[in-house]
Amino acid sequence: MLNLTAVDWLIMLLYFVFVLGIGFALKRSMKTSKDFFQAGRALPAWICGLAFISANLGAQEVIGMGASGAKYGLETAHFYGIGAIPAMIFVGIFMMPFYYGSKARSVPEFLRMRFDEKTRALNACSFAVMTVFSSGISMYAMARLIQALHVFDGLFYSLGWPQQGIFTFSIVLSAIIVLAYIFLGGLTSAIYNEVLQFFLIIAGFLPLVLLGLRNIGGWGGLKASLPVAYMHEWKGVAHASTNPMGIEIIGLGMGLGFVLGSGYWCTDFLVIQTAMASKNMESARRVPLIAAVPKIFFPFLVILPGLLAIGLPTPHTTTVEHNINGMIVRDTNVVPQNVEEGRGLVPAKINPVTGKPMFMANGQPLLDYDMATPNMLLHFFPTGILGLGLTALLASFMSGMAGNVTAFNTVFTYDLYQSYIHKGGSDKHYMAVGRWATVGGILLSIATAYAAINFNNIMDTLQLVFSFVNAPLFATFLLGMFWKRATGHGAFAGLIAGTAAAMLHHGLTLPIEANPGIHGGWLTVVHYYPSDMAQNFWGAIFAFSANFIVTVVVSLGTKARPESELVGLVHSLTPKPPRAHDVWWKSPEALAVAVLVMAIGLNIFFY
Amino acid sequence: MRLDLRIPMGMMFTLVGMILTAFGLSTRGSTIYAASLGINANFWWGLVLLVFGVTMLLLGRRGQKRLANLPPEPVDESRSRLGH
Repeated sequence: MLNLTAVDWLIMLLYFVFVLGIGFALKRSMKTSKDFFQAGRALPAWICGLAFISANLGAQEVIGMGASGAKYGLETAHFYGIGAIPAMIFVGIFMMPFYYGSKARSVPEFLRMRFDEKTRALNACSFAVMTVFSSGISMYAMARLIQALHVFDGLFYSLGWPQQGIFTFSIVLSAIIVLAYIFLGGLTSAIYNEVLQFFLIIAGFLPLVLLGLRNIGGWGGLKASLPVAYMHEWKGVAHASTNPMGIEIIGLGMGLGFVLGSGYWCTDFLVIQTAMASKNMESARRVPLIAAVPKIFFPFLVILPGLLAIGLPTPHTTTVEHNINGMIVRDTNVVPQNVEEGRGLVPAKINPVTGKPMFMANGQPLLDYDMATPNMLLHFFPTGILGLGLTALLASFMSGMAGNVTAFNTVFTYDLYQSYIHKGGSDKHYMAVGRWATVGGILLSIATAYAAINFNNIMDTLQLVFSFVNAPLFATFLLGMFWKRATGHGAFAGLIAGTAAAMLHHGLTLPIEANPGIHGGWLTVVHYYPSDMAQNFWGAIFAFSANFIVTVVVSLGTKARPESELVGLVHSLTPKPPRAHDVWWKSPEALAVAVLVMAIGLNIFFY
Repeated sequence: MRLDLRIPMGMMFTLVGMILTAFGLSTRGSTIYAASLGINANFWWGLVLLVFGVTMLLLGRRGQKRLANLPPEPVDESRSRLGH
């Protein structure tokens, strides 16, 4: 049972004061829409770099990576080693010159410059839907957590409100705080708070990992308490049956490394927007590379708590007899049934709306992996530092939400409103629209938060959405930036084909432990995958391939744009970015090599 | 942007560090540390955060001075005005 004291509340309150304070401090400098949507394009590279990873450090990273660590083991580190790091290097070295250099204000706007209006409209719409989904999931995770930790139970009891209302109350509360600081300070406020959240998350999770490792007997002790397959990133990856994720090397390398990882880090405006806010081209290219450095070490911070949670012994109801002055006292520590049915510190899952336990298709209780990391916090942190840990968790939800909401308001205002609804308005008008789009985006997120209830792993949910929208997208950018023959008609047809392929794949396949429905197989089941992660990776591969092939075929059949129009947008037609007068080791290329060497080192360590 | 982020960040971590250190000192030997394996997690981690916060604060103040002495940012502002 959670016992929060005044110190915990004080630390949490302090954090909220600073979050809102930064918003108010920045309100004065929000004079034009460029300040509001693009942070004036004037921020230093290190701030943008930390915000670059922090924008992604939302629920899917902190809770989801812990959950995946508990479910799939160290194999989860592939999301870093082959998913994120190579993609971040690629976007910094090869793609940023076009994003930043084209002066596009958003990723869909870049698509309009390179291709045409309809490609942009399609991307803007699908992206807007996706950001709303992502921030909705962040909200859902936060509300679940507040509910599970009984943070507001006392308050609700004293007010006589029904306890079921806590879920809704938490969502509304988090929405209001994020809304306030973005409404006031726009992207700058979101980026500043993301950096603050970045450090807070390290401050909250590093002691957790240290304590957990100490308890289980260090790295060796962790290895001894888990099945062998859990502790290897690469071993067993050659065959689907010999690793917990149930995916073989081709699905993993292609699906995660080439398609999902690149699709996310190279094309998602959620992260790209932070790089585009930096002050010059050199900085913009350095942003993803600076971000990659702490990213390499994140598996220790976010995956390890999940592994530790599974490795620790499961709590059981115990009775201890004391003999106090001849009087026998029985001290019973009652552990709830769903905790006893779980594994390690991971409990069995309970539906947050009906309050009933949930089961898999084979009748086994569904494990609530999302609780792995929060339960670790409760298990190891005494009051005081517990407040810090909870604040770090809340901070991670907010950074995830905020990044999505600023991406949403920019894309909505520039790519939908200014382009199709109201052209030629004043700058002031668009800034107001941006502020109200922030409100609208948050309201839509609230609606999607309720859709997230049916999943037992947030990470899988997000990967599913990404495989529909992002995976085909990377093919469009790859062809757009590196093949001058690609045309607008080709890109548009390719995107449609890619998304259709992803949906068709999802409708025809099913993970082995799931029931047909939202997990797949809603048309008819022609293939079973060993896990939903494997299903997602293969879905991404199909989507990417369909997009690639259709874009090439349609492009060859349609008229190409004259080369003079594509200068600055296509690699072969763009002069090399001018070199700054820095020493060679400060160049983005040198940084990229250093990051790559470190990433390879990490993969060897986790082998 | 004329606000060096390290200043509010340093302030926050300094305050959190002070709170945790003080709380850790006042709860020495308390049973609450059974959870953290007998280690006074509040005191030691509070100390770490305090050092981090003060360092950030000092760096931020130096940066803010440099920002204030800097001539207005020359960036591509002029070019984008031409476009309007």
